Amino acid sequence: MIAAATARWATLADNDFGVTSGEWVRGTKSVLDPAGPQSGRIHQLFLDYFWLSVVVYVLVVLFVIFAVILRRRRARWTGPILAEPAPSREKLRGWLVGLATLATTIALFFLLAGDHAAGRAIRSLSTDNALKIRVTGHQWWWEFRFEDEAPSKIFTTANEIHIPVGRTIEVELHSPDVIHSFWVPNLHGKRDMIPGHPTRIAFRADKASEYWGQCAEFCGYEHAKMRFRVVAEPEEKFNAWKAAQLQSSVQPATDSQKKGQYVFLHTTCVMCHTIQGTTAGAMMGPDLTHLASRKTIAAGSLPNKRGHLAGWISNPQTIKPGVRMPANSLPPDQLQALLDYLEILK
Amino acid sequence: MAIKQRKLELGVLVASLALVTSCKREDRPFQTSAPSAEAIQFTRMTDFRAGGPSISGNQPSPAMSADETPEEKEFEENAYMVGEGKRLFSAFNCVGCHAHGGGGMGPALIDDQWIYGHEPAQIFCTIIEGRPNGMPSFGGKIPSFQVWQLASYVRSLGGLVPGDAAPGRDDDMHGGPPENSAPNQKPNDSSLPKSAEMPK
Ligand code: HEC
Ligand code: HEC
Ligand SMILES: [Cu+2]
Repeated sequence: MIAAATARWATLADNDFGVTSGEWVRGTKSVLDPAGPQSGRIHQLFLDYFWLSVVVYVLVVLFVIFAVILRRRRARWTGPILAEPAPSREKLRGWLVGLATLATTIALFFLLAGDHAAGRAIRSLSTDNALKIRVTGHQWWWEFRFEDEAPSKIFTTANEIHIPVGRTIEVELHSPDVIHSFWVPNLHGKRDMIPGHPTRIAFRADKASEYWGQCAEFCGYEHAKMRFRVVAEPEEKFNAWKAAQLQSSVQPATDSQKKGQYVFLHTTCVMCHTIQGTTAGAMMGPDLTHLASRKTIAAGSLPNKRGHLAGWISNPQTIKPGVRMPANSLPPDQLQALLDYLEILK
Repeated sequence: MAIKQRKLELGVLVASLALVTSCKREDRPFQTSAPSAEAIQFTRMTDFRAGGPSISGNQPSPAMSADETPEEKEFEENAYMVGEGKRLFSAFNCVGCHAHGGGGMGPALIDDQWIYGHEPAQIFCTIIEGRPNGMPSFGGKIPSFQVWQLASYVRSLGGLVPGDAAPGRDDDMHGGPPENSAPNQKPNDSSLPKSAEMPK
C-alpha cells in the first residue's frame, strides 16, 4: 500500500501525466518547471508576485499580532483606554499609515512594471528562421500542419508534434468551430484560438523533454480530454521524425493487414480520416497516416495500445461521450484485421 | 382563498415539470446506435451501388426493413439531432452540390418540390442508395443514425420539423432565414427535376 503510494508519488514527482485509463504517459505539464525563454519569464514574474505577496503577508500578520499584544498589555497597565488618544501618538499613526500606503503603491507599481516588462519580453522572440506550424483546434482534437516553402515538404499530423530544441517555433492558431485555447504550460502562456481570426505565438524549448499541452478554453463536452503532446528533441532527431512524417503510409504486407485496409477504405472511416497513400483523404478527424508513431490516441485520452484502439473504434462514445466519431460495430474478424492494419502505420 | 391559489400554483408547477421531463428537444443521446450485429448490416446493403461494393454485401436495403425505422420524434423533435444533421450536411459536403439548401448541381431542398419523396424514410433511402441523376450513394459510409440526423435536417430546410427543434443560426454566410423560421410547406412529392420541366 505504502509502496504503491510512494511509487505513484515518484511518478507524479517525475511529472508524468495520467490519461483516462489510469495509466501514465511520459511528459511534464507544469508552469513551475519552465523549459523555454517565455515560460521562464512568466515563471519569473510568478515568483516576483509570489515572494512579494509572501513578504506583505508576513508583515501584515506580524503587525496584527503586534497590535493585539500591545493593546492587551496597555489594557492591563491602564485599564480601559479612553476614547481620545494623545495628539503625539495620533501623529505617529498618521505617519505610519502614510508610509504603509506609499509602500503599497510602490509595490503595486513594481508589479505593474514587472508585468509590462514580462509581456514585452515574451513577445520579443525573433521569428527569423522559425519553424512554422499551423495549428487548428477542433472539437476535441488538434490538427498540426508543418509549413514549408516547398509544398512537397508540408505534412499534417494530429495530437502529437515533435519540435527541435533551441529553434523558435511560430504557431498560427485557427479554429473552425468554437473558441479553444492553445496552452503548453512548460513552454508558454495561453493563447486563444478564435474562429475566423487567426492568432499567433512564438516559443522555444531549450530543454529536450516531452511536454503536455491542453485546451484552456471551455469548448464543449470533451474540453478536458482535448490534450496534445510536444516532444522537444535535438535537431537531428527532429529531422528524422520529420522525414518519417513526410513519407506516405506503410502499405499492408500480410493478408490480414490488407483486409484491414480494405475495411478502412470501405466503411465509415474513409468519410472522416486521411491516410496518405490510400484513397482516404477526409479531414473531419485526425490524420492517421502515421498513427502508430504517436503515443496516445483520442487527443491524449488513452495510451496508443491495441486494446485501447479496439475500444475506441468500437465505441468512442464511452471514452469521450459526445465525441464526433460514431461507434463502429464491426464483426470481430474485420475489427482485428483493421487493428493489424492500423498498427503498421508507423 | 390563499390556500386554493397555492394549490393552483403547485399544480401548474408540477404540470410544467412534467412537460420539462417529457420534452425531447434537449436530450443528447450520444449512444444513438448501440453497437449491435444488426447495426452493421444496417449500413451495408447491396453490392449494387455507385459508391462501389460494400464489405458484407447482399443485405436488404435498410429503408425496406420497417422495424429499423426509428421513431420520428427521436430525431425530428430533438434540437441536438437536427443540429448534428446540420453539421454533417457541411462535413460530408452535401453543400458542395445542394449549397445550403438552395440547390446547385443538386436540387434545392428548401422548396416544396420533392422528386423522391419528403418522408424521413424516403430521404434516408435517397442518401443511402443514391439517386440516378447524380446523387451519390452513401450506403455503408455513413452510420444509420447520422443518416437519420441528415434526413431530419433536410426536412427542417423545407419547414417540415417542429420550429423549436430546427437550428436557429448559422456558422457561415447563408443569406436566407434560419431553418427554424422556414415557412411550413405542403410537400409536393413526385415533382419533376428542374431539368425535366417543359420550357415556358
Ligand atoms: C464521422 C466522422 C468519423 C468517422 C466515420 C470515423 N472517425 Fe475516427 N475520429 C473522428 C474524430 C472527430 C476523431 C477525433 C476524436 C477526438 O479525439 O476528439 C477521431 C479519432 C480517431 C482515432 C484517434 C486518432 C488520434 O490520433 O487521436 C482513430 C484511431 C480513429 N478515429 C479511427 C477510426 C476508424 C478505424 C474509423 C472507421 C471504423 C473511424 N475512425 C471512423 C471522426 C470519425
Ligand atoms: C455530387 C453531388 C451531390 C452530393 C455530394 C449530394 N447530393 Fe443529394 N442530390 C444530388 C443530385 C444531382 C440529386 C438529384 C438526383 C435525381 O434527380 O435523380 C440529389 C438529390 C437529393 C435528394 C432528393 C431531393 C428530392 O427532391 O427528392 C436529397 C434529400 C439529397 N440529395 C440529400 C443529400 C444529402 C443529405 C447529401 C449529403 C450526405 C447529399 N445529398 C449529397 C447531388 C448531390
Ligand atoms: Cu477546450
